[in-house]
Amino acid sequence: MQITFLPQRRQVEIPGRRRVRDLLKDLGLLSGTVMVIRNDELMTEEDVVGGDDAIEIRSVISGG
Amino acid sequence: MKCTRCREKAVVQLRHHHSNFCRECFLLFFERQVERGIHKERMFTEEEPILVAVSGGKDSLALWDVLVRLGYRTTGLHLALGIGEYSADSTRKTEEFARARDLPLVVIRLEDEGAAVPELAAVTRRPACAACGTAKRHHFDRIAIERGFPVLATGHNLDDEAARLLGNVLHWQTRHLAKQSPVLQPTHARFVRKVKPLFRVTEYESAIYAFLRGIDYVVEECPNSVGATQLVYKEVLNRLEDASPGTKLTFLQEFLRSGRPAFAEPEGERNSGTCSRCGMPAYGETCSYCALLASAERRRARDAGDDDTEEREAAFGGRQRE
Repeated sequence: MQITFLPQRRQVEIPGRRRVRDLLKDLGLLSGTVMVIRNDELMTEEDVVGGDDAIEIRSVISGG
Repeated sequence: MKCTRCREKAVVQLRHHHSNFCRECFLLFFERQVERGIHKERMFTEEEPILVAVSGGKDSLALWDVLVRLGYRTTGLHLALGIGEYSADSTRKTEEFARARDLPLVVIRLEDEGAAVPELAAVTRRPACAACGTAKRHHFDRIAIERGFPVLATGHNLDDEAARLLGNVLHWQTRHLAKQSPVLQPTHARFVRKVKPLFRVTEYESAIYAFLRGIDYVVEECPNSVGATQLVYKEVLNRLEDASPGTKLTFLQEFLRSGRPAFAEPEGERNSGTCSRCGMPAYGETCSYCALLASAERRRARDAGDDDTEEREAAFGGRQRE
């Protein structure tokens, strides 16, 4: 799956399928700090992502 | 995962509320959280016109959106800070938001008022955020007073308030601890009541609300916020929250209930005069904002004088050598 990180605008390719919870853990991200979006839909920790999915991981933290 | 309220498919999980929500139920939950905070803290009534400070970010646009849906009379106030493309994008998105909803919006461009944030920051020896904050506070109060708004609302959320509280505690800023509150009553005739209706909702909830409402907000962060201490505090609090959901809300709410009274200062008069340039409150001849503008003007004049000196030397330097 292709993952785009915002606001950094960085992209990575990650193989395989996994639950969002495990994906965030692998990426070192806490679940309450990002929104995980696929095709304009919010994913919960229980949802499975992977394959040809285009995922956006959008930080919710503002600096000020 | 099913919605706690209606058993449809959930799209958001809120551990600190032991709940999962579908889209509709989350939007309702969010609006109720905000409304409860407004009523509990007596922030404003439905009769009072509210000036809403909107930056173009998720929190201020979510705030404006929910206040309108709750039936309050609002006008937006946007400060165009002059921080390059980031500010241009912020202004554009704020104007689009207001236009799409037919909402009144006041836009103040700092460069038209004397100097934008980069120039103000250049004349201080502190981070740009200090100058930016001074400019914002000045214009928020000025516009509210000039246009007859009794209250100004900002989009500060639970994460902002908890991070500020952590900073104040770590440094034992007792004066700040005495005053930290989601409602600040005016201490001068030219200050207005300042309220933070989102103080009970997390940044995460605010972002989810903005996303589910289809609000096009500025995702990029202010370039001056890189390395900001507040971000470190937020990171620490999010780690605590992950280990123990509800930590942030308890930290803030119990401080407001039990902690802040211990820091309360006796009401005393701090004599403040009036700024000789703008008429706003000031403890000296001029207010902090006008002092910044004056410094920027002096620097411009000095730079212009240096340019003239270089031109004269270039014109006469050859003849002198002859």
